[in-house]
Amino acid sequence: MHELSLAESLLQVIEDAAREQQFSRVKTVWLEIGQLACVEQESLRFFFDAVKADSIARQARLEIVAIAGQARCENCNRNCGIETYHAACPYCGQYALSVTQGEEMRIKELEVE
Amino acid sequence: MCTTCGCGVGQTHINGKPVQTRHRAAQSVRFRAPESHDTHRATETMHFGNGIAGTHAPGMSQARMVKIERDILAANNRWAEQNRRYFSAHGIFALNLVSSPGSGKTTLLVNTIERMRDQFPIAVIEGDQQTDRDAARIRATGVAALQINTGKGCHLDALMIGRALQQLAVPDNGLLFIENVGNLVCPSGFDLGEEHKVEIQSETEVEDKPLKNPDMFHSADLMLLNKCDVLPHLNFDTDLAIGYAHRVHPGLPVIRLSATQGDGMQAWCDWLAANCRRVAANANSMETGF
Ligand SMILES: Nc1nc2c(ncn2[C@@H]2O[C@H](COP(=O)(O)OP(=O)(O)O)[C@@H](O)[C@H]2O)c(=O)[nH]1
Ligand SMILES: [Mg+2]
Ligand SMILES: [Zn+2]
Ligand SMILES: [Zn+2]
Ligand SMILES: [Zn+2]
Repeated sequence: MHELSLAESLLQVIEDAAREQQFSRVKTVWLEIGQLACVEQESLRFFFDAVKADSIARQARLEIVAIAGQARCENCNRNCGIETYHAACPYCGQYALSVTQGEEMRIKELEVE
Repeated sequence: MCTTCGCGVGQTHINGKPVQTRHRAAQSVRFRAPESHDTHRATETMHFGNGIAGTHAPGMSQARMVKIERDILAANNRWAEQNRRYFSAHGIFALNLVSSPGSGKTTLLVNTIERMRDQFPIAVIEGDQQTDRDAARIRATGVAALQINTGKGCHLDALMIGRALQQLAVPDNGLLFIENVGNLVCPSGFDLGEEHKVEIQSETEVEDKPLKNPDMFHSADLMLLNKCDVLPHLNFDTDLAIGYAHRVHPGLPVIRLSATQGDGMQAWCDWLAANCRRVAANANSMETGF
C-alpha cells in the first residue's frame, strides 16, 4: 500500500475534524490497523512525520492498535484467526475463509486541545 | 518513498497537463481546506486563534478526546462514491484493470475494443507513470482515451478519475475501462468507483503470485489468465495458479484467454456485454422510475 497517500489522507481527516470539532492542536492520533491491511507501520510513521510538519498535527504522536485477522469458514461455519489471506481453515483444512476482521485502516480518536 | 513499490510524490498529469492532487508533503500549509465537491466548505476560513482554544490562559491544558471513527482513506472513498453515482446514473459499466506491468492489459483492451465497438460505446482512461503511449494505442482504434500520468506515484486514485471524467466524455450506457498503473500492490486499496476490479495475470508469470501478492487477488472480482497461446512453450501449471488464486479468494471467477490470438476472448466479451446491458437497464429504470 502506498503509505504516503495514507499519511496525506490521514492528515486530511484530522484537518476536517479540526474544523468540525473546533480544536487547534493534536497531541495523539489513535489508529486501528488490521493485520491483513496492506500497511507498513514504520513507513506510515515516517510519512506522517513528513506531512504533518506545519499542520495542526505537527506535534502529534501516532498510537497504532493492531487488529488481529479473523475469518469465518464457509465450509464448516466456524470462526478462526488468520494471519494471511491464503490461510486454510484450521478445523476442516479447506480454503474457504471469508475475512470478518483485520482489514481495518481506521482513525479511532484524537487527543486534542 | 513507499516501501512496497518504491513510489514517491509525483506530479500528476492528464493528457500532458499538470493537475492538482493532494500530494503536498513539501509545501508548508498551516490549514488546508479539504478538496471536495462541497465548495461552500472549501472556501470557509478557519481562525484557530479566535476559538475557545485561542483564548484560554497560557499553561492551562485543554486536552480532550475526540471520537473520529473514520476510514483513513475516507477522502478517496468519498470521491469513489461520487464517481460510482455518476456511472450508475449514466448507465456506464466501469472496470478497473489491475496487474503487474506487461501482463497484457493494453493489448487486451485493443482487441476487446475491436470486438465490442459495434455493440457498445467505449471509452478508456489510461494510467501510467510516464508517457501517453498506451492512450495512443487506444486512440489508434478510434476510441476516445485519456491518459493520466502519475509521475512517481504508483496508483490511480478516485480524485484523478473524478478529474478525468470532467474531461473525457464517456458515452451513456457505455463501457469504461480504466487501465491502472502496472503494480500489484497499491491499486488494491484505492477504490476508483468502478463496479469491478479485474486482475490480469499472464501465463508467463509465476504460479504463486497470488500467495506473494495476495491483496490484489483478494480485492479483484474477476481474474483473466492471459497469454494462454504461449502455454505449450512454458512450464506454467495453470491449475496450480488458479488453485493459489482460490486460496486467497475462494470462488474467484477465472477466464483463460489470449489477447493476441483471440482464444477465450468470446467468454470475456460475453461477460462484458451482459454487464453492460444490466447497468444500462438499471440506469433507464432509475430515470423512468420503474
Ligand atoms: N503471446 C502473447 N503475448 C501477449 C498477449 N497479450 C499481450 N502480449 C504481449 O505482452 C507484452 C505486454 O503487453 P501490454 O499490453 O503492453 O501489457 P500491459 O503493460 O499490461 O499493458 C506485449 O509485447 C504484448 O504483445 C497474449 O495474449 N499472448
Ligand atoms: Mg499498458
Ligand atoms: Zn507505492
Ligand atoms: Zn472450516
Ligand atoms: Zn501507490
